[in-house]
Amino acid sequence: MKSRSDIKPSDYFCERDPLAFPLWQKAVIGIAGAGGLGSNAAMLLARSGIGKLIIADFDHVSISNLNRQFFNLDQIGLPKTKALEINLTRINPFIALEMHQKRVTRNNIPTLFKEADLMIEAFDKDSEKLILIETWQQHFPKKALIIASGLAGYGRSEDIKIQQEGSLYIVGDQCSALTPGIAPIAPRVMIVAAMQANLALQIIASKH
Amino acid sequence: MPKQITINGHKQDWWEGMTVRDALKIMNYTFPMLVVKIDNELISRDKYDETTIPEGAELKVIHLISGG
Repeated sequence: MKSRSDIKPSDYFCERDPLAFPLWQKAVIGIAGAGGLGSNAAMLLARSGIGKLIIADFDHVSISNLNRQFFNLDQIGLPKTKALEINLTRINPFIALEMHQKRVTRNNIPTLFKEADLMIEAFDKDSEKLILIETWQQHFPKKALIIASGLAGYGRSEDIKIQQEGSLYIVGDQCSALTPGIAPIAPRVMIVAAMQANLALQIIASKH
Repeated sequence: MPKQITINGHKQDWWEGMTVRDALKIMNYTFPMLVVKIDNELISRDKYDETTIPEGAELKVIHLISGG
């Protein structure tokens, strides 16, 4: 078992893309919500070498989350921000994490995510998605916002697409609504989270 | 030639005073949560009834669906 003190950043970050990686190291990405989308997108961005993540979520890990979210059985009951901080640090000890255990609102979005170069929307409810879009476009109209819409069910991977409208990006099939009583299922949630993370890396890398 | 606007890539007839609400009705967009942009400018939800669409405008309507 290796601890952080045994690992050198030069070893951990070896064999990375020489052009994109320095930009990713300098980047700050905000993630609103640490559920199926947010926890998995954060995991992918931590592995990729993003320098800092700002993550906000009010919720605690529950047993019904484990079919798709990046948490473990022994973390049930922990705040999601706490559990995610532990899990991300176990992957990448060099990432800077700013975790906020609170509900994201119209009022606190501009302060919480002020430092973010780019924002990932990872809420569950459609009304919360809309609040983030409206607030973000009002305060940071030039900064990219990557939202998710339409990811329920299984199969139909090829229907999941990216639509760009100015600095707003929409990832999903834009038609699959949740079935009452059935939680979203891991692969399709992961595909959308991975596409959000992948797009974030692309947007940041395009700045060189 | 009737005057037109574009809604999500489709040409639609336009009339003086046409509002966002009118356009949503024509397109049968009844999803509870939508993002509406006119020529890339976001129109907030409480302004659908009062916002008129200029002739030749490009409307984008994005469906917001719960799940995450």
